[in-house]
Amino acid sequence: MKTSLEQFDKAFENRIRLQIMSVLLANEHYDFNSLKELLDVTDGNLASHIKALEKENYILVNKTFIGRKPNTQYSASEKGRKAFIKHLEALENLIKQQKM
Amino acid sequence: MEDKIIHSELASIRSLMERSSKFLSLSGLSGVMAGIYALIGAFIGYKIVYEKYGSLVISDSYSDDALVYNQLNLIAGVILLLSVLTCLLLSIRQAKKKGENYWNPVSRRLISSMAIPLFTGGLFIIILILKTEYNLIASACLIFYGLSLISASQYTFLDVKWLGFCQIILGLLAAQIPESGLLFWVIGFGLLHIIYGTVMHFKYNR
Repeated sequence: MKTSLEQFDKAFENRIRLQIMSVLLANEHYDFNSLKELLDVTDGNLASHIKALEKENYILVNKTFIGRKPNTQYSASEKGRKAFIKHLEALENLIKQQKM
Repeated sequence: MEDKIIHSELASIRSLMERSSKFLSLSGLSGVMAGIYALIGAFIGYKIVYEKYGSLVISDSYSDDALVYNQLNLIAGVILLLSVLTCLLLSIRQAKKKGENYWNPVSRRLISSMAIPLFTGGLFIIILILKTEYNLIASACLIFYGLSLISASQYTFLDVKWLGFCQIILGLLAAQIPESGLLFWVIGFGLLHIIYGTVMHFKYNR
């Protein structure tokens, strides 16, 4: 039990962070506003979680402008991709262990 | 952590990944409507040609009759417009019913992936008309529409891909047997749409 718990990624302890990561794994990139709408969270909330993921180098940020409006696109980094998959595997292993 | 919590967590991740990358509010009913429009349009077109020539075989023998072709083109244009509008309206309604925003990165990708083969096909057909090569119009409609469906299918239900393959096969048959172009067109745009729309409606939209 304990060994599998250690595999859990601290960065993904928060549900919203895990959700952000799953969207970025399913899509090549996603913009801030669409992400906000999809996850139904506030600006500040999303921004702080994104910052946390950015700090871990799990996501890549690409800031551009459409006209004068800022358009920020996020994508998962290779490191983030691996960490997410590992985290999911740990979750699945936990279920399997509990079934035994 | 409890077993149930992990299960629901994994399920929510799965659904989020799907919702964020696929547009799942595509209305099946609009497929049925498009099929019905196509059948009505084809019937009117058939009557125009039949009354004038007494046969359905579209051949070069009357390709000089601009009036008939203009009428047929008008009918085709109206069907296309009605079908697209119905599809947009019903899909928007479906998305609203689910409480989703219909204008999101996925719907944008869906539209742009459909638009490229569709516009290429549209231009190709206009060129065929300008060159009075009427034989291959039905075939071109089916083939390019099929390609656009296959390209769109990565952003929505995978079933759309099969509709696309069927349209392409019909299009190729229509190219091989141009005399029966209208028949293949009716099967593809009318019959297949109705079957596909009904299946989709009962499978996903209810």
